[in-house]
Amino acid sequence: MPKRNDIKKILLIGSGPIIISQACEFDYSGTQACKALREEGYEVVLINSNPATIMTDPEMADRTYIEPITPEAVEKIIARERPDALLPTLGGQTGLNTAVALAEAGVLKKYNVEMIGASLEVIHKAEDREKFRYAMEKIGLRVPKSGFARSLDDVLKIADEIGFPIIVRASFTLGGTGSGVAYNREELMEIAKGGLDASMISEVMIEESVLGWKEYELEVMRDKANNVVIICSIENFDAMGVHTGESITVAPAQTLTDREYQNMRDAAIAIMREIGVETGGSNVQFAIHPQTGEMIVVEMNPRVSRSSALASKATGFPIAKIAAKLAVGYTLDEIPNDITRETMASFEPTIDYCVVKIPRWTFEKFPEAEDFLTTSMKSVGETMAIGRTFKESLQKAIRSLEIGRFALGHALPEDLKDKKDFLKSKLIKPNSLRLFYIAAALQNGMSIDELYQLTKIDPWFLHQLKEIVDAETELKNSAPSVELLRAAKKMGFADRALASFWKMTELEIREWRAREKIIPVYKLVDTCAAEFEAYTPYYYSTYEAENETRPSTKKKVAIIGGGPNRIGQGIEFDYCCVHASFALREEGVESIMINSNPETVSTDYDTSDKLFFEPVTLEDVLHILQTEKPEGVIAQFGGQTPLNLAKGLEAAGIKIMGTSPDAIDRAENRDRFQEIVRKLNLNQPDNDTARDVEKALAAAERIGYPVLVRPSYVLGGRSMEIVYDAETLKTFMAKALLVSPEHPILIDKFLEDAIEIDVDAISDGTTTIVAGIMEHIEEAGIHSGDSACILPPMTISEPLLELIEKQTKMLAAELNVVGLMNIQYAIKDGKLYVLEVNPRASRTVPFVSKAIGVPLAKLATKVMLGKSLKELGFIEAPEPKHISVKEAVFPFNRFPNVDVLLGPEMKSTGEVMGIDHSFGLAFAKSQMAAGFKMPTKGTIFISVHDYHKDKIVSVAKSFQNMGFKIIATKGTAKYLKEQGIEAELVFKVSEGRPHIVDYIKNGDVQMVINTSMGRKSSRDALHIRRGALIYNILYTTTIAGARALCEAIAAIKSEDWQVCSLQEYQNK
Amino acid sequence: MPLLNKAPKALLVLEDGNFFEGFAFAGSGETMGEVVFNTGMTGYQEVITDPSYKGQIVAMTYPLVGNYGINAEDMESSGIHLEGFIVKEYQPNPSNWRMRQSLKSFLEEHGKIGIEGIDTRALTRRLRLSGAMKGIISTETKNISELLEKVRAYPGLVGRDLVREVSCQKSYLWKKGAPSSNKIPSKKPGKKLRVVVLDCGVKYNILRLLEKNGCEVIVVPAFSTGAKILSYHPDGVLLSNGPGDPAALPYIVETSRALIGKLPIFGICLGHQIIGQAIGGYTSKLKFGHHGINQPVKNMDTGRIEITSQNHGFVVVPESVKNKAKKTFDNLNDATSEGMKMPLVMSVQYHPEASPGPHDTDYLFIQFVQMLREERRKAA
Repeated sequence: MPKRNDIKKILLIGSGPIIISQACEFDYSGTQACKALREEGYEVVLINSNPATIMTDPEMADRTYIEPITPEAVEKIIARERPDALLPTLGGQTGLNTAVALAEAGVLKKYNVEMIGASLEVIHKAEDREKFRYAMEKIGLRVPKSGFARSLDDVLKIADEIGFPIIVRASFTLGGTGSGVAYNREELMEIAKGGLDASMISEVMIEESVLGWKEYELEVMRDKANNVVIICSIENFDAMGVHTGESITVAPAQTLTDREYQNMRDAAIAIMREIGVETGGSNVQFAIHPQTGEMIVVEMNPRVSRSSALASKATGFPIAKIAAKLAVGYTLDEIPNDITRETMASFEPTIDYCVVKIPRWTFEKFPEAEDFLTTSMKSVGETMAIGRTFKESLQKAIRSLEIGRFALGHALPEDLKDKKDFLKSKLIKPNSLRLFYIAAALQNGMSIDELYQLTKIDPWFLHQLKEIVDAETELKNSAPSVELLRAAKKMGFADRALASFWKMTELEIREWRAREKIIPVYKLVDTCAAEFEAYTPYYYSTYEAENETRPSTKKKVAIIGGGPNRIGQGIEFDYCCVHASFALREEGVESIMINSNPETVSTDYDTSDKLFFEPVTLEDVLHILQTEKPEGVIAQFGGQTPLNLAKGLEAAGIKIMGTSPDAIDRAENRDRFQEIVRKLNLNQPDNDTARDVEKALAAAERIGYPVLVRPSYVLGGRSMEIVYDAETLKTFMAKALLVSPEHPILIDKFLEDAIEIDVDAISDGTTTIVAGIMEHIEEAGIHSGDSACILPPMTISEPLLELIEKQTKMLAAELNVVGLMNIQYAIKDGKLYVLEVNPRASRTVPFVSKAIGVPLAKLATKVMLGKSLKELGFIEAPEPKHISVKEAVFPFNRFPNVDVLLGPEMKSTGEVMGIDHSFGLAFAKSQMAAGFKMPTKGTIFISVHDYHKDKIVSVAKSFQNMGFKIIATKGTAKYLKEQGIEAELVFKVSEGRPHIVDYIKNGDVQMVINTSMGRKSSRDALHIRRGALIYNILYTTTIAGARALCEAIAAIKSEDWQVCSLQEYQNK
Repeated sequence: MPLLNKAPKALLVLEDGNFFEGFAFAGSGETMGEVVFNTGMTGYQEVITDPSYKGQIVAMTYPLVGNYGINAEDMESSGIHLEGFIVKEYQPNPSNWRMRQSLKSFLEEHGKIGIEGIDTRALTRRLRLSGAMKGIISTETKNISELLEKVRAYPGLVGRDLVREVSCQKSYLWKKGAPSSNKIPSKKPGKKLRVVVLDCGVKYNILRLLEKNGCEVIVVPAFSTGAKILSYHPDGVLLSNGPGDPAALPYIVETSRALIGKLPIFGICLGHQIIGQAIGGYTSKLKFGHHGINQPVKNMDTGRIEITSQNHGFVVVPESVKNKAKKTFDNLNDATSEGMKMPLVMSVQYHPEASPGPHDTDYLFIQFVQMLREERRKAA
């Protein structure tokens, strides 16, 4: 069937900010879809609120709307653009939910927009529990039995039908509180009672337990002609009970016979047809009883997903791209397979390697949260590794995580020896380090049987781990030999691990291997296990006989990516790497991408000329560079990961493009940086460094509290804190020295109530252009990644702006910056301080690029290739007429017991952008994009720290003038009343009822303003903020935030806000 | 398992002089055959018990093999017919609830050599570029030129009748999913449809599916004559899959000629090639064949894409049967013919019985049974 000619314009909905469970994979799928649809001549209208996406680059769509992904905003876009069709299946759950809301509200009908890919009915059938169960029963498949209960009587009734063990899940709680497994009636009553109490709506779901069953996923595609193919099978290492996004997963399935696999395949195909997914990709999850083989359908997603991105990278089959083409009417046999060219997309990929994905968690960022994995996701990223054996892939994946481990049993805490009971507890309850606890248990001699009983991880996997652990023991107990070295490399041991086993240095191992010619070869990911010739150069390394790379003689440059997403290093850096690749292409230079993150656009096989899906470690990167011999490498775009490699690469004779690693060191090394500050006569908050507690205390005493303390050489403000007294400083030092023992601790005078400024600049070595000056909304002291900011700045005087520009240029010249540079300044009492200089791509590069309409990362790449800014025509940063606001998005709702307070350590996972003609509207849009509902009437709750009381008065007054009712806790209410504001008193939770949380639960509060000082906050304040979080009520924890929200609400009350595309803004 | 493989070293030498070093994880000695690669990620038990692999050494492209052991149900014949088995990494600790024994012990029980530690991707690429080649596996010697001499002297598959070596020697009744010792009924069938299967190396799943679709199944040796087959009064005949060069089987072509037009015939793989020759066509050898479970074919009637299980090194040359039979299936990868039909005859080059592989085309058995019913009705 040819493509449809009755539709011309297609609306695509993106997935918005990066949040836990919805990350860059939807930029990857959306970008593919945009490209695929435009390739077919369709006009593409796109909405996404996330500026750090490639899909929102103005070249990717005909009209790009960086607007909140809400039904309201999308309706405005539809009214303006009048698209013929809406493709809802490529923007994650956000895209799907928004499309459903629009369809249900009659908007699509009103504007005659057809939903393609999946209809409303299909989405309901797949997502509605009851409808799905009914559909499955119809085709002879089974789903776990379940029911909802609002009383203990209900619970027992449902339990009788289901039978034990039973899972109780409290509805409407965060992060799995009030849930548990019951093995008998007594336990059930106890857990259910707790669950009913914990649930905000007093409801629990009672479900048949399939805990411990084996878990599988199939990625399925269907076309209009009812052809269905399976793209990839995935087996979860962790048994049922751990969300698949939290599981280590392996492709293809390892422990199913063909008979069992085909039964699962039959079921998946039947499900696709029964649910009626018309075209595109879906994912079906199954549970298999480990002793009987009974199969249960867990769920299906009628859209592309995280797993489909993984499956695409694991097989080389571009699911999202094909899904987009199927949605416009093509059939699978009409779409060529890009990789083989001679075959079509109508086949099932077969692979000749093993793929392992490991999630990346950041529990260290949320010390209050328990490290416990369950059916709700907590990981912020993932890494994937490809090897020829499971053992090799697993060990590659482990070192790709960048958690200081270079082999399964490497760098385990020593004190696990003989701690059997402790280990057992860590094995029973899934957690982010369980893989390593298994290694420790194996080292301690625990049997596979016992491990299986504790973990329910299939013995096949446990045996693989045992082989690795045994090999480690053998290595440690043997004298180094070439034979052992070769065998160890085949099993995936990194040089760093071998060096530690054999008391050698990493360099010694590397040189030894080079002498013995023990170096990896590169093999192709080709969708067909070498049955056909492959044209797409997508490689992975392994230690085998034949090398398939064919280094070209062209001029080429390698780009080092950022590895797995984590807080502080996410999609923004991948965006820059992708732009580097695009720029190289524009300049006729061959691009070589190195990265290990399967979610990203950078690891799409057609982003760069060559893709190496490899761990981003010195060893792995050096191998590639020594094989490919590029002219140089770009290390300043991928965040801290490649920067950390820069010195080692340079030492190995690799040319680092752009700013030298030494300049980066001069900026990051406290003492060296101070020399620069002195030389250029700049201001810096008084500061010092310390390597031990005593020195730190003395330094803080001299500088004067409060002080800002942090380890050097970290990203995202890891472990950064504002410290108000000596006691807290002692505790901090103890922790910080653990995080970064090789580097000193930095101690700065904390500038209270200062305005923070972020500057992104670009330099070619001679000319420096300040591309964007951003004013933070929140005061200095809150991590720049967590603070909202505005471009152009609003309250900074012209002379100060000129000074900022001047100092930026001085710093760029002094550091000899070639490429991008980011500087953080603070202004206090009219004085400008330099806080930090980073001569590399920053998190704000995509935001600034979109705000001013200049692709900074591309320009920087060309500058690194030797072009001058003048040649590139970038001699002055445009001054946009519109206002752009960046707002951070946080994962607090994933972590029970974590406070939502902001501080110097970064906590946000993503960001959104709001654009409009006024600050108020731009800020309002950023809040809506971040998921908040902006109230235009109702009640505002205020409870602020004494220190903030005078500052909140004007805000409260404005809200009152706008017609809002003000309620406040005792102290605040008293203060406001004294200032002539009618504030109604409301109890704190500890004061009696009805208290503020009752108000929140009853929907009587539309906005919460609640501030604290420092890290410590009372239980009462915590209750309030958690309440606001669970009910998704607009809240702020800072005075500056309250002021901004006040202005935003005033703006949306006074005018009907509009939407406008990036293309229009940039042509203005 | 120690880091350094303690198993006996093994050599694989190809007739073009390329050689690969590995270890024998099962058996020892020397074996020769045509080296082919199979791209299925599951189904090694079905592969090694498939009689069509007689005369061949099979390399699995999926690197980890042995993961789920060997079970009692997934046998495609009573033994192992391939000449040697090559994998990247053997899995000595299988895990699956149906597992009865390890792949290693199963291979050894049948006196077969299995080797591991081979860069199977390099081997596959070599075979793709040069075509299927003769090869020798040895744990006996490290002398490559000696092995090369032996392998070059080995006759290979072309022109060889391997069917005789795998076909049953006596007719038998297939009942309840297994060969039965019950006497074969010679009188006319009753209500049940009777199918005679000419066993050229039949895979059990063909028999299972016929039985599942309500047929009484009689399996007869490949050398059975048309008259002998007709003496069972069957409603239809199935010409099975089997090993080797279809051009070396004139006696089976003769048998099928005696049957074509007389009653419904279903040809699978080698059976399809036999029919091709019986109606005047001829076969040719593919460069490296189709051996896998992800081969897309297009059903020319419905336009539907079906993913099929395939295992063949020869094909019926389409031009040679052009005006005699209608093409029913096309291979979407290389456009080779995958099936044909004529009055009372349907045949496919691929394996609708799967095992291993997808069940997309098992409806062909239903179609065949429908054809049998139809004929019976007409006769009545």
